[in-house]
Amino acid sequence: MSYRLILGAIVGVAVFSSLLASSNAHDYIVVDDTIPVSLTGVPGDPVKGKKLSVNRKKGNCLACHAMPIPEQQFHGEVGPDLSGVGSRMTQAELRLRLVNSKALNPDTIMPAFHKVALNRVLKKFKGKTILGAQEIEDIIAYISTLKS
Amino acid sequence: MNFINNITRVTSLLGIASLLLAYTTNVSHSGSNPNPQGVNKMKSGYHWATAPTREMQDDDFSNPAFLWVDIGSEQWTTKDGEAGKSCASCHSGVETMKGVAATYPKYSAEDGKLRAVQHQINNCRTQQMKAKPWKWESDNMLGVAALVKNQSKGMPIKVKVTGEAQPFYNKGKKSYMLRRGGLDMSCKNCHMDYTDTRIRANILSNGLGNGFPTYRLKWQKIGSLHRRFRGCNKNVRATPFKSGSDVYTNLELFLTAHAMGMEIETPSVRN
Repeated sequence: MSYRLILGAIVGVAVFSSLLASSNAHDYIVVDDTIPVSLTGVPGDPVKGKKLSVNRKKGNCLACHAMPIPEQQFHGEVGPDLSGVGSRMTQAELRLRLVNSKALNPDTIMPAFHKVALNRVLKKFKGKTILGAQEIEDIIAYISTLKS
Repeated sequence: MNFINNITRVTSLLGIASLLLAYTTNVSHSGSNPNPQGVNKMKSGYHWATAPTREMQDDDFSNPAFLWVDIGSEQWTTKDGEAGKSCASCHSGVETMKGVAATYPKYSAEDGKLRAVQHQINNCRTQQMKAKPWKWESDNMLGVAALVKNQSKGMPIKVKVTGEAQPFYNKGKKSYMLRRGGLDMSCKNCHMDYTDTRIRANILSNGLGNGFPTYRLKWQKIGSLHRRFRGCNKNVRATPFKSGSDVYTNLELFLTAHAMGMEIETPSVRN
């Protein structure tokens, strides 16, 4: 009886850690409502960040947020306007909101961009975060330039 | 759109628990709902359709969905199967179907679960006609389903969500609230919390099914509500369920209950 439980636990841990190992999620430490330390240690590239925030298959920030990008039509209205967000929030605050907004509001519609989702994920996306760690840093580098 | 309003709305989300509480009565939602605009005043997808799309729907001759309704009419009187029967053999004219679709999905004691109109059609085919069932998204199935629902056009939706239907309604509700897929989003996230809000060029609707099967311009053909569910699931990067599955049929009842009292528009035209 008990050895079965132990065996089950060992198998469970093995499966779980192999899931973790196959994901591209980086570790991070949350302090209050921030992630103070860069996910990669490599400074983000704001030019790449802007492209990622427009790209529908990547950040797709425009789907939900208005942004000071007039050359793009039809900005979303779901989330707050990101114009001036660089003056309202620090990079550390932005990092947690991008990585996992649900840590602050469990009921938010905003996806956790650097967390592996588990429920019925399409095969193509299984075990993958929406954005890679460096892509998160690139977007932070871009949106923190949006000053009011 | 007023962004201050949006921010207020985001910050005033009350959490899943209070939401579920608000939904214990199926359509009379209380003031604790984060988006009274979206939930208390349910609107048909027609409300958000563009003027040319509406015009197309308003005129039966320009509504391309009627190509399939015509297929349905032809099938209605076509004998099939070992019993040598057609729909008309038992039901006579299709006008006898007036009001019937307004009560679907409906609990079936025989199946011990819900039947959508399509399930009922296939049940008639296999049990009464001794014919092969149709595939969910086949032209014949879409045609007869649209034809039958069209008989209730303009009539108020009146589904049963209590008694034997209740556990299935509850499952549908649970499924509606459940986050899924790579984007980890639920139906509720978009269609309750952010109705009438733009995601890029699209405006989020109440996500109801009162016009289905619908001619969708994107599909360039008529399609079922379950096909639309599959599309939504894939949009949030989730593995879709099968059309006609229990999960989607229960979900269909939940959506249909949301549209209680709303007029059936089948076959509608949507973007």
